Amino acid sequence: MTKKYLGQPITRNEDPRLLTGQALFVDDVDMPDMLHAAFLRSDYAHARLKGIDISTALERPGVVAVYTAESMGADWEPGPPLVSPPPTVEDVVFNSRRQVPLVKDKIRHVGEPIAVVIAESRYIAEDAAEDILVDLEPLEAVIDLEAALEPDSILIHEDLESNLAAQLVQNKGDYQAAREQAELVIKKRFIIDRGAAAAMENRGIVADWDVKSQQLTVWDTTQAPIPIRNGLAARYGLSEHQVRVIAPFIGGGFGPKMMMFYPEELVIPWVAMKLGRPVKWIEDRRENFYATTQERVQYHDAEIALTREGRVLGISDQFLHDTGAYDPYGLTIPLNTQSHLLGVYDIPNFTSEIKVVFTNKVLSTPVRGAGRPQGVYVIERLLDMAAKELGMDKVEIRKLNFIPPDAFPYEQHYIDQAFAPLIFDSGNYKPAIEKAVELIGYEQFITEDQPRYRAAGRHVGIGIVAFPETTGVGPYEGARITIEPSGKVNVATGVGTQGQGHFTTFAQIVADQVGVDPRNVNLVTGDTAEFHWGTGTFASRGAVVAANAIHASAMAVRKKILEHASKHFGAPQEELEIEDGQVRVSDLPRMSISLGELAELANPLRGAVEPGTEPGLEATAYFGPKYGATAFGVHSMILEVDIETMTVDILRYVIVEDCGTVLNPLILEGQIHGGVSMGIGNAYYEKLVYDENGQLLNASLADYLIPTATEMPHIEIEHQETPSPLNPLGSKGVGEAGAIPVPALFAQALENALSDYDLEISETPLSPNQLYELLKGRS
Amino acid sequence: MNDHVNVSILCNGKKYERMVEPRLLLSDFLRHELDLTGTHVGCEHGVCGACTVLLDGLPVRSCLMFAVQANSHEVTTVEGLGTPENLHPIQEAFWEAHGLQCGFCTPGFLMTLVPFLKENPNPTREDIRTAISGNICRCTGYQHIIDAVQLAAEKMSNP
Repeated sequence: MTKKYLGQPITRNEDPRLLTGQALFVDDVDMPDMLHAAFLRSDYAHARLKGIDISTALERPGVVAVYTAESMGADWEPGPPLVSPPPTVEDVVFNSRRQVPLVKDKIRHVGEPIAVVIAESRYIAEDAAEDILVDLEPLEAVIDLEAALEPDSILIHEDLESNLAAQLVQNKGDYQAAREQAELVIKKRFIIDRGAAAAMENRGIVADWDVKSQQLTVWDTTQAPIPIRNGLAARYGLSEHQVRVIAPFIGGGFGPKMMMFYPEELVIPWVAMKLGRPVKWIEDRRENFYATTQERVQYHDAEIALTREGRVLGISDQFLHDTGAYDPYGLTIPLNTQSHLLGVYDIPNFTSEIKVVFTNKVLSTPVRGAGRPQGVYVIERLLDMAAKELGMDKVEIRKLNFIPPDAFPYEQHYIDQAFAPLIFDSGNYKPAIEKAVELIGYEQFITEDQPRYRAAGRHVGIGIVAFPETTGVGPYEGARITIEPSGKVNVATGVGTQGQGHFTTFAQIVADQVGVDPRNVNLVTGDTAEFHWGTGTFASRGAVVAANAIHASAMAVRKKILEHASKHFGAPQEELEIEDGQVRVSDLPRMSISLGELAELANPLRGAVEPGTEPGLEATAYFGPKYGATAFGVHSMILEVDIETMTVDILRYVIVEDCGTVLNPLILEGQIHGGVSMGIGNAYYEKLVYDENGQLLNASLADYLIPTATEMPHIEIEHQETPSPLNPLGSKGVGEAGAIPVPALFAQALENALSDYDLEISETPLSPNQLYELLKGRS
Repeated sequence: MNDHVNVSILCNGKKYERMVEPRLLLSDFLRHELDLTGTHVGCEHGVCGACTVLLDGLPVRSCLMFAVQANSHEVTTVEGLGTPENLHPIQEAFWEAHGLQCGFCTPGFLMTLVPFLKENPNPTREDIRTAISGNICRCTGYQHIIDAVQLAAEKMSNP
């Protein structure tokens, strides 16, 4: 494979437009006659809706319409399920309850939309939303997961027998037998709380129904434009070709923009069709806290069984997962958690039960990490506790239990989030941890630096954890590549882009195959009019599934170029080379033709072509992996705690990352830095605080603390490359990797820094306040 | 309408005059009245910094000001910095150091940094961290932004 551009730190094609304010985001779409929407949302978490009076709102000048569930008539229907029904394992329970476009009879979380006002301006629409009178009968809110499952708990979905949304048990080997043989068993409860994805751009939708062409165009801040198009067409009785969904530049996704068919995504296009005028809705930050999905609440009762030497014989983990008011995303998150509960370790016996619980909180769907950080937190914490009990070094206990490099592909013997057998495709963990140990100076820190800090009264600790990331799941993505007569190369693919640098990495892949500069490769993503097969950007799959689809179509175009050029020159293909936009006969530089000229020859305006010939230099190809790839890494840090204020200062942060073949190291490092910043937020700053009434107490960026530049350390990254055997590029995803191990790492480093206090951490997120609470009463 | 007031500003060197409601935010005025959509709105409560513009050369949160308050003042937005063909040195440095990912917060960072680098031509990494601590970026973890600011400082002192 030619590799001139792939693997190089090429600066991004998309940046000049983004840097100068010329890139189109959804809120930048402006159309003549456009109307603006504002939603009236519930202030209560749990209530019966008895009546709505919209008459005053309708009288306000500038108001065009107000819609409620009732006015939607037969078009009112809950959103579609977003993932396939649950797997056919034994005794699975799954109660599917999906979000509704507008509340009809019962409110199930604060922020649930009750009515939508359409007006000449957003300002007027918001005023009129305040004019609506709503008659509610408040109900007790269901917040705590254990209380929700008590037999006397009030029901969120009254047609069900309990607040249990789903239940699933998975086993590998025989945990009970392993436990009986074990020389050490540690049982522990872990509590993980909620965080927000908090992309800097809130969600937004602009919908336009063109009566004359019978065409619905929707600009949507979605990570998955094609499923949105298909779903809208199905719901509103249109052909898929009548619906065009465009996901232009998106200001960060991180998962929740994937959760397709938010109420607003159903309502705004419907209103545009109803009124025959373009309608815009842009979420504000407050709504983003109440109406955009969140993640991470789980309670784990976990147990580890080991030999005296520190070999793990088995893990048992029964956990509760909070899905919020509805569960359109099925079992994706808790299954991801289960897939990561054994970490990167060869553990023969495993039993785990998932109970998914409905609560009166915002829906839970994947947020960067998507269940993985919870699984990694549990296994890494258990290993730390076991190491302490056994008097073992934390690095040694990990090395002792790693899946050995010759055991890949490593079958876990239980199912993953795609309901397929969980298999780790490849890995080589020991060199990664050894490299991290060397880079951070682990030995020296323990033997020399830490005693010196202690003597000076400073609380400085070290942490080191390892983690896998199951990435790049199917089913497939596709791409079409066209070489134009101008010599320009156009690439269209179905995935949306939210800052991952697709315009550049994908151009690098194409450039290598068709012999042009990546700057001359123009990529279109996220426009269903350009490419309408595919699923979306999630599960760190862009660099795996979409990139390999682009690679496959680039190879197909290359083949066409060589065939046409071979005919043109009367020279065998083996003697041709493609470089700088020219096809040349090797050793005969004067025999050369530009790709543009060749594209023109391939699309003649007159004359006869041979039967079976396809016009132009164009190819479409698809890629679907056999199963997902498994990236991995080791994070290590040295952290200082100020014992007066409980603030922390990260003195060093070292990562050894292995995500297979590196496509662009500059972009890769950026992805990791961003993941770590979200992980640090999850570990020590970001917690969504719900009170007992289901009110979110910190629904603003002033109260919900996202790390800023002064909280972030300088991150040192070392790459290791263990290519995935499952795709031609050998790539694995990395989008979520940075966020996954950080809460576990923080816990270990804090315990180490505060070892005089004999602290045991079993909850995340922490905060200075919470750390203070944990230390109270300890000497 | 008679409850509208006149706003006249000099924005990126060009004079604009509009009749607007007194409650119209400066951010909405720039974006929707003047069609200068490079200024982004991330929180509408002055925390995220995405909507930062220069008012008479100083950085302000355009979501915390009414358009009428900018009357008779000079405003600079990201569109006033450079073009794709002719980038400002700070924009160039952000490009070279990969100081942006989704690019949504970027205009706010750039507008915060223009006056900062004017006053601090040779900042340390710690100085830069403090200078941008009022701007939130969810994608980059700030590391490449800090690299970009150092690079910009070099470019601007050795043009």
